[in-house]
Amino acid sequence: MVLFALRRLIISVPLLIGITFVSYLVITLAPGGPLDFLTPEDPNASPEVKERLIKEFGLDQPIYVQYGKWLSRAVRLDFGRSFLPDGKPVLTKIGERLPITLLLNVIEMLIIVGLAVPIGVMSATRQYSLYDKVTTVFVFIGFATPDFWLAQLLMILFGLQLGWLPISGLRSLNFEYLSFWTQQWDFLSHLVLPIVVATFGGLAGFSRYMRQSMLEVTRQDYIQTARAKGLSERVVIGKHALRNALLPVVTILGLSLPGLIGGSIIVETIFAIPGMGQLMVQSVFSRDYPVVMGNLVIVATLTLFANLVADVAYGLVDPRIRLGGRRGRR
Amino acid sequence: MAPRVKSRGEVRLFWRSFSRNQLAMCGGLVVALLVVVAVLAPVLAPWDPNGVDTKRILASPSKSHWLGTDPLGRDVLSRVLYGSRISLAVGFVSVGIAAIIGTILGAAAGYHGGIVDNFIMRLVDLMLVFPRFFLLLAVLAFLKPSIWTIMAVIGLTGWMGVARLVRAEFLTLREREFVIWSESIGAGALRVIFRHILPNAMAPVLVAMTLGIPAAILTEAGLSFLGLGVQPPYATWGNILNDGRDYMEIAWWMTLYPGLAILFTVLSYNLLGEGIRDALDPRLRRAGVGRVLRLGR
Repeated sequence: MVLFALRRLIISVPLLIGITFVSYLVITLAPGGPLDFLTPEDPNASPEVKERLIKEFGLDQPIYVQYGKWLSRAVRLDFGRSFLPDGKPVLTKIGERLPITLLLNVIEMLIIVGLAVPIGVMSATRQYSLYDKVTTVFVFIGFATPDFWLAQLLMILFGLQLGWLPISGLRSLNFEYLSFWTQQWDFLSHLVLPIVVATFGGLAGFSRYMRQSMLEVTRQDYIQTARAKGLSERVVIGKHALRNALLPVVTILGLSLPGLIGGSIIVETIFAIPGMGQLMVQSVFSRDYPVVMGNLVIVATLTLFANLVADVAYGLVDPRIRLGGRRGRR
Repeated sequence: MAPRVKSRGEVRLFWRSFSRNQLAMCGGLVVALLVVVAVLAPVLAPWDPNGVDTKRILASPSKSHWLGTDPLGRDVLSRVLYGSRISLAVGFVSVGIAAIIGTILGAAAGYHGGIVDNFIMRLVDLMLVFPRFFLLLAVLAFLKPSIWTIMAVIGLTGWMGVARLVRAEFLTLREREFVIWSESIGAGALRVIFRHILPNAMAPVLVAMTLGIPAAILTEAGLSFLGLGVQPPYATWGNILNDGRDYMEIAWWMTLYPGLAILFTVLSYNLLGEGIRDALDPRLRRAGVGRVLRLGR
């Protein structure tokens, strides 16, 4: 098992280097170099800033030297300083934003799995029933609903018309004057709409996948055997079938993570949540290149790490994978 | 002999199975209708989509403006109709780019195997580690946003699913008798790839493309909504939604209708795509074609 985990870890190292390389490549995309973008009307384009930019990225040196220098600082998690007037180190800026994005994504993931598994299992065990058809419709609509639109509709309905839920930020203006428990409630109520929006699409995809996986497992011989032994349907489905149907879901969980994290860009922007996604959009608009690149590297590295964890978890629950060696995973 | 890909019998077989799927037929019909609407937008639109009318700012839906007007007094219906052109163009072109890149890389990986395969597949893994929206935004931070950059960028970040599918097809097809025979009588690699293997590997690509178009449309709408997509004065569904953001409370029609347009478009493409997949080859359903493309935002 340790060997299996180690092997996955070693495979990730070239990917990690690749992440920094692609991120660096992005900056070379700008026609005429990144400096060309700092046009005179740009308030950030003072000569000192240009000077710092040239120094920061080593733009007067050949590209492989530039990349090497940037990389050697990036492995020490030094992504330079923000171009904005506050001039904070990029890592500090990201550090301030990271916890809330992580918190949201973990909650979303738990909700998605917690709801999608029972929905998928029930659809599969009652294939072609009314319940199955209703969830199928829900799945297709879930796939097709743009999250930013859903967010707006919910804001109009629950925030503006009914006035039940706050629609922006994480705290009310009078947060400091509230008692401890009302503070907790205030915080949670701010999370409701963003989380509903973020889980909607993922829930559709996941319950569909769970249904498929369950349908395939229930066709297997060992399920027939379990039934033939006279086990109750509850045990057959809940124990024999479900455990096996859950296995591929672990992988899909890992694969869908970039999508979920990517979704925080839209959700955080709409609901004014100070997370990584909002930071990314703000720095793209203010052309704050060091923050953009730092953000990209950190987000990709986190995804890579999460995939690694999913891989190892898969190996833990399914011995066929870790013993089967190379055949195990695509 | 290489099996003929689209003999008349196979087309008829496909059609028989496809036409029985009512949902897919509905999807196909709506998609066809959307193409017509996009082409005929100048004829169908009752107003100039960019015609500013200061006397009718944020007018609610009425007989003269069926879907109301926006903060500049522009007719929302006309803008939604014109927006379908951008969506359609972005969907087709970006998916075309993705399909070409994915097919070339997937074919190279599957045919050559070994180091080439390893390198290309690691590249796929690498691209998949980046949350797509973060990568798109980072790239757009350095480029001047225009409809062409958007198409290119969406295509360049969306080819990984196709590459995997094509590679998988090539891996099985290159062991088949008709490929080995044609190699044994001295056919070159290019001939084997393009004449014999590729035509037989196109079915999943076709399905992936049909399901990739709605994904691209959603992505473009999302970017335009953030203000980083196709720039004004072009009317796009994402733009209209973005324009309506500040007036949500008083002008709900600017939010509701463009969103419905996106919803129905994406839904129809998805139904059509799944229908084509099931009719072409039920096996593909289990292989999870489409899911590969669908998961990423």
